[in-house]
Amino acid sequence: MRYPRPEPLIFELSRPGRRAVTLPASDPVLKPVEECLPAGLLRSEAPDLPEVGQLDLVRHFVRLSQMNMSVDTHFYPLGSCTMKYNPKVNDWAASLPGNARVHPYEPDEAVQGVLALLHRLEHMLAEISGLAAVSLQPAAGAHGEFLGLLLLRAYHDHHHPGQVRSDILIPDSAHGTNPASATLCGFRAVQVRSNADGYVDLGDLAGKVGSQTAGMMMTNPNTLGLFDRNVLQAAKLVHEAGGLLYMDGANFNAIIGQCRPADFGIDVMHFNLHKTFSTPHGGGGPGAGPVGVCRALVPFLPVPRIRCEGDRYRLDFDEPLSVGRVRSFLGNYGILVRAYAYIRMHGPDGLRRISENAVLNANYIRARLQDFYELPYRQPCMHECVFSADRQKKRGVRALEIAKRLLDLGFHAPTIYFPLIVHEALMIEPTETESRETLDRFIEAMIRIARDAEENPAVFEDLPREMPVGRLDEVKAARELLLCWRT
Amino acid sequence: MLAAVGVASLDELFKVIPDEVRYPGLLPLPPALSEPELMAHVQELASRNLHLDNHISFLGAGIYDHYVPPVVDFISSRSEFYTSYTPYQAEASQGSLQVFFEYQSLICKLTGMDVANASLYDGATALTESVLMAMNLSGRDDILESAALHPEDRQTLETYLRHMKSARAELTLNGGRTDPAGLEAALESRPDTGVVVVQQPNFFGVVEDVSALAQATHRAGALLVVKVNPIALGLLKSPGECGADIACGEGQCLGIHPSFGGPGLGLLATRAEYVRKMPGRLVGVTQHSRGDRAYVLTLQTREQHIRRERATSNICTNHALLALRATVYLCALGRQGLRQVATLCVQKAHDLADRLRSAGVPIVFSSPFFHEFAVDCGRPAQDVVQAMLERGYLAGVSLGRWYPDRRNALLLSVTEQRTAAQIQDFARKLAACIRSC
Amino acid sequence: MYPSNLKYAESHEWARMENDMVTVGITDYAVKELTDLTYLELPRAGEVLLAGDAFGVIESVKATSDLYVPVSGQVIEVNAALPGNLDILSEDPYVKGWMVKLRASNLAAEVSSLLSAEEYRQRVEAKS
Repeated sequence: MRYPRPEPLIFELSRPGRRAVTLPASDPVLKPVEECLPAGLLRSEAPDLPEVGQLDLVRHFVRLSQMNMSVDTHFYPLGSCTMKYNPKVNDWAASLPGNARVHPYEPDEAVQGVLALLHRLEHMLAEISGLAAVSLQPAAGAHGEFLGLLLLRAYHDHHHPGQVRSDILIPDSAHGTNPASATLCGFRAVQVRSNADGYVDLGDLAGKVGSQTAGMMMTNPNTLGLFDRNVLQAAKLVHEAGGLLYMDGANFNAIIGQCRPADFGIDVMHFNLHKTFSTPHGGGGPGAGPVGVCRALVPFLPVPRIRCEGDRYRLDFDEPLSVGRVRSFLGNYGILVRAYAYIRMHGPDGLRRISENAVLNANYIRARLQDFYELPYRQPCMHECVFSADRQKKRGVRALEIAKRLLDLGFHAPTIYFPLIVHEALMIEPTETESRETLDRFIEAMIRIARDAEENPAVFEDLPREMPVGRLDEVKAARELLLCWRT
Repeated sequence: MLAAVGVASLDELFKVIPDEVRYPGLLPLPPALSEPELMAHVQELASRNLHLDNHISFLGAGIYDHYVPPVVDFISSRSEFYTSYTPYQAEASQGSLQVFFEYQSLICKLTGMDVANASLYDGATALTESVLMAMNLSGRDDILESAALHPEDRQTLETYLRHMKSARAELTLNGGRTDPAGLEAALESRPDTGVVVVQQPNFFGVVEDVSALAQATHRAGALLVVKVNPIALGLLKSPGECGADIACGEGQCLGIHPSFGGPGLGLLATRAEYVRKMPGRLVGVTQHSRGDRAYVLTLQTREQHIRRERATSNICTNHALLALRATVYLCALGRQGLRQVATLCVQKAHDLADRLRSAGVPIVFSSPFFHEFAVDCGRPAQDVVQAMLERGYLAGVSLGRWYPDRRNALLLSVTEQRTAAQIQDFARKLAACIRSC
Repeated sequence: MYPSNLKYAESHEWARMENDMVTVGITDYAVKELTDLTYLELPRAGEVLLAGDAFGVIESVKATSDLYVPVSGQVIEVNAALPGNLDILSEDPYVKGWMVKLRASNLAAEVSSLLSAEEYRQRVEAKS
């Protein structure tokens, strides 16, 4: 069956008078709207939404869905994004009426199940990280980074009033969100170099840390897929200068159950529940980015806090040192339910196996592809391996072409051109949920691509060919900005 | 596999972690549950919660009990949408990209603006991002906020702006409405104001005169940010028509289950000339190499993964799945359906208000309202909420939660979901409950 | 590639001095590094800028970059034709591709910190 391209826009399928669902008719005894609201505030016509029957509506969106690659349909080794399988029972849990249909402003006694679940999840994440307490409010990793930095600022303002601690140290291998969050929080982002092994360059760090340092953000394992062995010395340097150490938990899935961030000097971190704890990625979100903190930062956590008194739970808004709230309501509850179910299903043993298998799978790919692609950092990796396509580029085949060729061969592409410190980066994260057979098929495809780059570079012209669309004209999109459909 | 990797044991792969920080043994967590055990456990926790399917609710204040057509649940649980990620590989993500483009277009139609992004986290963060964007555009840091903004939005704004030099002041209300004359006076006395922020309908349900507020704002050279309830835009003049510069909002009411308040959907739309200062992802139309129309992420260089510390915002994850739900919802309802939902909300809310008024319950604010209004209980509203809970109702939100001086006020919301019989019974019981004190 | 009658900034702008009038643009190297240009934002005439201040923004599919004035002064004229036809920048970055003209306010003191064509060429080559 061929892809049904191009699918019209829903607006082009619209025909006056059609509709996909019926609603109760208005009760004629009720006052008309015109008697309820002043005419001057009303719009003259209904907004011009499309009008389609339910079958046309369903076909449209189902056809569109068929133009996506996804974890449930394809191997999706998008590095740094942890595209692991999402157990369906977690979605079932979130969809229960007692979860999905709960209003955030019900009295505490009406939502004891919600509060119990959240309180337990906070506690479990604290145990997993070794930290003292957790806030579940942040909606995503970057949101968690922002909260973590606010906590750090509140800590310094409280304990060292009058001192100006303006700098946040960030390794050059970090995700772009780290410096962006630092700026949003009013700090100066100061870049720290990575050394030849891919770890934080301690000499460079020592020269940049000082009384102006508010803290440092480290991703560990880092974006090269390496456990940064220098974290202990980095923590020492930062702590001696009076700063605090933040961990971007984007890669926490590699070490869960093996070590606890608090034990290697982390004072505050965020968890990406859509990565480590397998909540669905949803085409770009929602996620959740809970933040864990050491004891010294607990008083500054956002309100409300969840308190457990005997067998009753309540919301506590009274925390004088709190940084406030970073969003409306209490967090992405629907996502938190899924993460809770995931942790309960795995137990301590299962969580440990997650990191073991994630690391084994990544190293298997690393070992089997290292003769075909350049490996800038040769030591064993953690949950992902980063190759460079420099060798292929000399033949005119860049990381971009390799990515598009993979799509044609039935695999989602790895992350490309990130981390920025690797030329022509190919960042491959298989996750623990893939079978050896799937990994082998992917490896064979990668080997075939490497051979083709040597022997048959013509196959890389005009890619992809098997996708619903060919290569996209990004320059046209940016020059002739068309962001909204108009007749 | 171990042999291929060249190690003798799994443990060897973790040798790189210094011994002194390796965690010995197993974490102190509850033991693993099998799938049926897990289901029973989660079911038991969920059964401790009262919810909108087993209690009749008049709760609102930002999260509303609207009808969610099953077709929305069906489409949004399609694996291909549900388990994909950000469309970095556009050729393998045309489904999501076209959905986002349709979503952006629908939000533009609702708000009357030129461009909308592909979603933010929730209403409060969308409002905050809008204010930051407007500060950047106006070049002035001071902010005037309506006293009738959602209090949690104001708290969020406070958290984000605390370390900045921006000064914030409150616009007072007149009959529950942000007073345009009061705004003019405030702008005159605070010439450094770059941003004015209001909500439509406002937190107390009252409908604002956004056009008048926009005129006053623009006369002072400032920008107007309007937080909207998108359902209300089925009937009310759009922020674009009223002259607003940025429209933002919470999209939960568009086919998204309440889920204890999250995940929701942050809406943000603006005028074409401001597009480069807008945070969040954007999908644009282009062509592909075989000639047809296709979709792609565009203006990405404003975003954190490229511009790092100079990005327009730190946002990375958006609420794509919820944007999909809103898209399917709006298309399922269509032009007439959305207007019908909005009309039913207004009519039923006014029916309840009329019944309560005739039963002697005072309505707190005199100005016209949409589908939400506050009543004066004459005693702490929290007690009334408790008493009504025993009668099977989630009665509303006590304003004392945020305003100690309004602890007797109960905020009620009525959606198209409430039947005439429910409204009559609720009005009778609530009036009796209030009288009985 | 780098005309010798111009002065250069490390951030890849060039400056042509005629008495106190300074014309500013970006170098051929910058244009090539950015690849396909998509957008250019220039200031309004009349704006007063200090050396190192951003006077505009240039975007390509690859990056968004601020443009910095190499010397202090007031913007007298901007090249209004340029944002609508970015191809000019790749064809003729040093003449038709000029961006702003400034009336410099502190030229004598500031000019010494700018690079000669040869110094600029060396910096750029060291990078690649």
